[in-house]
Amino acid sequence: MDNRYIYEGASGPWELVIGLEVHAQIVSQSKLFSGAATAFGANPNTQVSLVDAAMPGMLPVINEVCVTQAIKTGLGINAEINLVSIFDRKNYFYADLPSGYQISQFNHPIVGKGYLDIELEDGTLRRIGITRLHLEQDAGKSIHDQHPEKSYIDLNRCGVGLMEIVSEPDIRSAEEASAYVRKLRAIVRCLGTCDGNMDQGSMRVDVNVSVRKAGEPFGTRAEIKNVNSIKFLALAIHHEAERQIAILEGGGEIVQETRLFDAGLGITRSMRSKEHAHDYRYFPDPDLPPLVITTDMVESIRASMPELPDDKKARLMQDYELSAYDASLLVLEAETATYFEEGLKCLQQLTSKTAKLLTNWLIGEVFAALNREGKTLEECPVSSARLAGLINQIQSGVISGKIAKEVFLLMWESGEEAAVLIEKHGLKQVSDDGPILLIIDKVLGEHPDKVAEYQAGKDKLFGFFVGLVMKNMGGKANPELVNKLLKGRLG
Amino acid sequence: MTNSPMKNDLVCLTLAEAKVGLHQKKFSAVELTKAYLQAMEQHRSLNAYILETPELALESAKKSDERLAKGEGRELEGIPLAIKDLFCTEGIQTTAGSHILEGFKPAYESTVSANLKNAGAVCLGKTNMDEFAMGSANITSYYGNVINPWKRADGKDLTPGGSSGGSASAVARGLAVAATGTDTGGSIRQPAAFSGIVGVKPTYGRCSRWGVVAFASSLDQAGPMTRDVRDAALMLEVMAGYDPKDSTSAPVDVPSFEMAMTQGVKGLRVGIPKEYRLEGMHEDLVALWERGTQWLKEAGAEIVDISLPHTKYSLPTYYVLAPAEASSNLARYDGVRYGLRVPGKTLDELYENTRSDGFGVEVQRRILIGTYVLSAGYYDAYYLKAQRVRKLIAQDFEVAFQKVDVILTPTTPTAAFALDEKPTDPVVMYLNDVLTVPANLAGLPAISIPAGLSKEGLPLGLQLIGPAFDENVLFRAGRVLEENASFKPILER
Amino acid sequence: MSLDQETVKRIATLARLKLDAERMGSMQHALNSILHFVEQLNEVDTSHVEEMVGGNRAIMPFRPDQVTDGNCVDKILGNAPEVTCNMFVVPKVVE
Repeated sequence: MDNRYIYEGASGPWELVIGLEVHAQIVSQSKLFSGAATAFGANPNTQVSLVDAAMPGMLPVINEVCVTQAIKTGLGINAEINLVSIFDRKNYFYADLPSGYQISQFNHPIVGKGYLDIELEDGTLRRIGITRLHLEQDAGKSIHDQHPEKSYIDLNRCGVGLMEIVSEPDIRSAEEASAYVRKLRAIVRCLGTCDGNMDQGSMRVDVNVSVRKAGEPFGTRAEIKNVNSIKFLALAIHHEAERQIAILEGGGEIVQETRLFDAGLGITRSMRSKEHAHDYRYFPDPDLPPLVITTDMVESIRASMPELPDDKKARLMQDYELSAYDASLLVLEAETATYFEEGLKCLQQLTSKTAKLLTNWLIGEVFAALNREGKTLEECPVSSARLAGLINQIQSGVISGKIAKEVFLLMWESGEEAAVLIEKHGLKQVSDDGPILLIIDKVLGEHPDKVAEYQAGKDKLFGFFVGLVMKNMGGKANPELVNKLLKGRLG
Repeated sequence: MTNSPMKNDLVCLTLAEAKVGLHQKKFSAVELTKAYLQAMEQHRSLNAYILETPELALESAKKSDERLAKGEGRELEGIPLAIKDLFCTEGIQTTAGSHILEGFKPAYESTVSANLKNAGAVCLGKTNMDEFAMGSANITSYYGNVINPWKRADGKDLTPGGSSGGSASAVARGLAVAATGTDTGGSIRQPAAFSGIVGVKPTYGRCSRWGVVAFASSLDQAGPMTRDVRDAALMLEVMAGYDPKDSTSAPVDVPSFEMAMTQGVKGLRVGIPKEYRLEGMHEDLVALWERGTQWLKEAGAEIVDISLPHTKYSLPTYYVLAPAEASSNLARYDGVRYGLRVPGKTLDELYENTRSDGFGVEVQRRILIGTYVLSAGYYDAYYLKAQRVRKLIAQDFEVAFQKVDVILTPTTPTAAFALDEKPTDPVVMYLNDVLTVPANLAGLPAISIPAGLSKEGLPLGLQLIGPAFDENVLFRAGRVLEENASFKPILER
Repeated sequence: MSLDQETVKRIATLARLKLDAERMGSMQHALNSILHFVEQLNEVDTSHVEEMVGGNRAIMPFRPDQVTDGNCVDKILGNAPEVTCNMFVVPKVVE
């Protein structure tokens, strides 16, 4: 077992076993079983139908798009699509569950076994098994902070379609868990089946964590509910692993329970409200006949699938000789991939060298600038075409890489084209022998002692002369030409 | 029948007769409605209605008269009907016979009652019923027992049957031309038999369940309760039809049942299932069944002995599945969004207080049984087992319908019993449904026809069961039984 | 199978029904009588039978993805026993 998977405890190394249940809100206009809207942030109870409010005699009718979205996602995670699936009722009482049951899929989910390949920072590939994907309803929202003794119930979210995607307990580290969620998010966003917005709760993760000594059977697990960012996911796993190891090494036992991650304190704590002995009494919903899908339906969905991140990554690696890691960064977000490919189209010369240059600028300068200002790629003041324009200026020798960074900052502020800014600020690099030779002669004339030392064999001083020439030229001299001319003069 | 002195009374007219009278302007819809409102007032002691809506009824009768005057009368224009209180009616209290829904005014109209209203029917009010349709004697309603207009020599108050007891009593006594019922295990047919009227449980999926308070979703079906077979055909044609709002609604056309009714039974193969000859079945019913068989034979049908071997397991199957579904369907009555709320310090206390006060004993029993059979560790032994036996019961019928076109049985094992004779053991009470439950389990259409009297002078019914979506055969054979029985309803006595 | 009071209590809690001592006995008796009755099902060999699902309609109908409902707060809240700021109100729920 690789080191990275080991947690050092006082008693020696422990191994982490992690399984993830991701709830992904389906992108659809209306709810899974009712015609009410799904849009986020509406006034309380305005996006509620009589069905969602569980009025007597109301009946569910399934939204076709939610079904096709689930199939599409299933194909995106390399999974089998079950042509017959069954909706069950999961029975429990809760304030935000008006009917007293959630319509879900228990024994016969719409999507069966699949997998995801994840890429770690050191380039390692890991395949994580997916147990299933099933369709279910979201619950409403309880608001607890408006009144000391009361909770208020808003049913706008109630009945919105969710895909619950359950992984096998194949994940062995917080890094893998993060990579898995990032990958899954990239896929659903690429497919347009979920917006992947973790802040708004359209993607939520429940984490099952247990620890064991290498080679031993799985330990008792704790479930951490509703982790709402990838950062918190890693924190929650670390904390939970340490908590469990401390208990076990102290001679205690892990209780199987539901825990909540407290982002403020960075710890997980027991959810006592969920301790209530649960018995969900699943049974097939008699209001809904079996969901039957034809192979034609599956095939037409398959034919309409966009290029998936993995395929795109393979293509970028193949076509432009990008490294696996660079390529995986480019495909992680659909927006990045689009930006990159739009940029490629605007390059004057499309070679693996220019593609690599564009990649470096995008995941280097552009991302750093976005991070600095807390912006997303959609808000980037430098468009993909403009960035490509900058690469073109470098590639054709108009500016050096160093000057390009200066030009980039100007572009960021003004949004103007590189060529215009280079002209305006006189940043064009000097590529004529004359003016460079003039400076070289001046520099050499000022340092006769160094020239002598150089000629006596102190080669290192060459860089000293280059630096002085560049400095005297305001950084705008073509560095290759400076090298060549200086070598000629020094003999 | 037409010579009866009572026949001139407007409330004695059948639906078909009233329709003719209205179109021929012999009387107005308002006159007809007023006659019913008066009869309802006179017979309030039967407790057939939970809510009477006289003003709304007269208002809608007036509109019907305007349409009729313009020659724009629809299928049921101006016909005063009663609606079982399980159907949600827009702006009109709908209780399902339960305290927990007292005062609940739906903001919507059930598809079936909307179909009737859109055909011009006048709604007289909401009829009493067993709470959430759970019962066979109409003794579990929060709004009191319903009384059968029929009397035995001892003069004791009799049950009209249940759960659609209010509808049965109302139609029998002339407090509505016809009424809607719902049938989960016999709740239309059994009260129809006890009250001497016709009741049809259509094929599962024939009538939309949208807006009907759910008891057991895989078994519930709405149907008509009427004075005669023709009325049932006319009314079902309006009630039935595909509804995209109900995923279990069948996308099949509704034929003219009235036309089918007149086709007779010549060449029809009628099955007589030996398993329905129960131990303890009253001799009057045994005799009636034989008479019914004879009538059909004389009318040209071929009589075939058949076997439905899993019949005896129908009731135990039903009493696992129906409570299981009910336990889940009734979870929504929690005191939060509508109906009764009994406060509590915590949310769970509020739930428990509301549900314990709001549901009657029989409903609570069924919720508990249903919860138990679905609970961890028991699901396979009870629920799954029952769904498998249900399949066998359905297969019995499939096999039988390869040999026969329709099946004839009695509707109930006995005639109506007195309210003070009600059994204390719930299981003994459940036995009332033994002959009606199989059709629900198999999703098949069935009709009960008043076909004779017991020695005590109480009505007895014969049941016909048909293949799925073949209600036609029920009306054909039902009409022949009706003609031969010449049953005299209580209204004409 | 016979239900003891403990089990009846557990089921009642699951179903959010309150059974006081007075009603417990008769309820327990009635439930056992029903359970005893349904246990006849054990006589039937169902080892090769698939359970029944879906009634007379074997296939689920689809609805197009259109917003056709909602925006009816009054209808949703019209029958509610307690409402504040267009929301249902319940005793405070502690998580």
